[in-house]
Amino acid sequence: MIKLTHVSKEYPKRGYALHDVSFHLGKGEFAFLTGHSGSGKSTTMRLIHMADRPTDGEVRVSGFSSATVTERDLWKVRRRVGMVFQDFRLLPGRSTLENVSFALEVTGTPQKAIQAKANRLLTQVGLATKAGARVEELSGGERQRVAIARSLVNDPYVLLADEPTGNLDERATRGIMELFWDLNAKGMAVLMATHDMELIRRHPHARLFELDQGKLVYDSAATDSVTA
Amino acid sequence: MYAIREALAAFRRAPVLTGLSAGMVGLALFVVGLFSLATYNLRIALSAIEERVEVVVYLRDDARQSEIDTLLVELAAFDEVSRVTYVSKRDALERAQRELPEFGQLFLESEVNPLPQSLEVELRPGNRTPDVVERVSDAARGYPFVEDALYGEEWVDRLFALRRIGFASTAVLGTAFAMVAALIIGTALRIAIFARRDEIYIMRLVGARNGFIRRPFLLEGALAGLAGAVLAVVLTYATYRGVYAYLFEVAWIPGSWIGIGLLTGALFGAASSAIAIRRHLREV
Repeated sequence: MIKLTHVSKEYPKRGYALHDVSFHLGKGEFAFLTGHSGSGKSTTMRLIHMADRPTDGEVRVSGFSSATVTERDLWKVRRRVGMVFQDFRLLPGRSTLENVSFALEVTGTPQKAIQAKANRLLTQVGLATKAGARVEELSGGERQRVAIARSLVNDPYVLLADEPTGNLDERATRGIMELFWDLNAKGMAVLMATHDMELIRRHPHARLFELDQGKLVYDSAATDSVTA
Repeated sequence: MYAIREALAAFRRAPVLTGLSAGMVGLALFVVGLFSLATYNLRIALSAIEERVEVVVYLRDDARQSEIDTLLVELAAFDEVSRVTYVSKRDALERAQRELPEFGQLFLESEVNPLPQSLEVELRPGNRTPDVVERVSDAARGYPFVEDALYGEEWVDRLFALRRIGFASTAVLGTAFAMVAALIIGTALRIAIFARRDEIYIMRLVGARNGFIRRPFLLEGALAGLAGAVLAVVLTYATYRGVYAYLFEVAWIPGSWIGIGLLTGALFGAASSAIAIRRHLREV
């Protein structure tokens, strides 16, 4: 499903953000991607979402290769990979329902089906009663749920979550994690970047990747620690 | 549907910005409109002068009628020649008396008709060019009974130089102001794109196609360009009315020119917004 093969990413001024990283995330897996700030977590997420291309190596996502996919076809990758962020990235001034409907509309969902599907997604993330509320009126946890509902509009195979609980309190974090596990139980792979080790410890069944200074130094699925 | 709704919504969301950009485009295109008006009237004036371009072949007094007929047939055989008229010495004198009354007495008192017989060669429209008149003149000059063939070489050359200058300045200034209009639309669109960068980002995030993202902006650019072009037509027309009423008689530009202007405005708007959105999509 997601396969990184000897992936490096070098930025002109920053130098290497990732160096020779390889791993494979299979269908229906749940994995954490951890590491200190600047270790390359977000870069990895961007590369998987194909918002950026590796300097060396190859990223494969659901049959698409970073080496060959054209700018024109990137939308196909994005519809297979849902993504959420720490800062939610919702459209301000719009309601919960409108935020989800917008994503449905711009991805070509027929007008008649938009309302029903948006409501179904909001129900799935536990926000059925907040459909009409403007996003500014929602709590952090609720906003993240809206973002998750929006990321599900294309029924993706995998959900990428970049520090999704970074701005949330303990209770909201628990709710979001339950939601992720629910989605995972339905067959969706989840890759969640976080530096919260306490959170990771509370989910021992998840696979764990650890990055340090752009290098993959640990993969819990491997028998030993990965060394660079 | 989405593209049309969003393009129209852009006008509602930022009426000042869109109004300003359409107004500035209108002013830039207004200059193009004024130039078109001037060019069109210059063209009419030049055409009127051009119609008078003809070759006059002066014949010696001893030229025989059969020789004159041969030359007349040869000149009439040119594709560019529409008519060849023989003007006898008597006809020339009568015309001179009629057209130059101040010399009337002089002509009457003269015992000898000093004016030569001639052939007046009229050219078809579009063929009154320096090289055609020169070719026809050279052919006539080859006959020994031809005194000379004249066509006002100097002013024909000047006329065509004037036409070339008119055409070149219209092309250069028209292009320059059209580019100014395109830059204005491009800048306004970049502001509009910046204002909606969150939406564009989310569209990219969830997998909207690039064409889908571009369409509302292209339409918005086309509408701004069209609105500007309409404004330019209105301003140009007002100027035309003013000039006509208070300064001198001018002709209004043809409908086809206006149609081309409106279409060009819309296309320029769409093209400049295409460049702006393309650049933005490459960056996000």
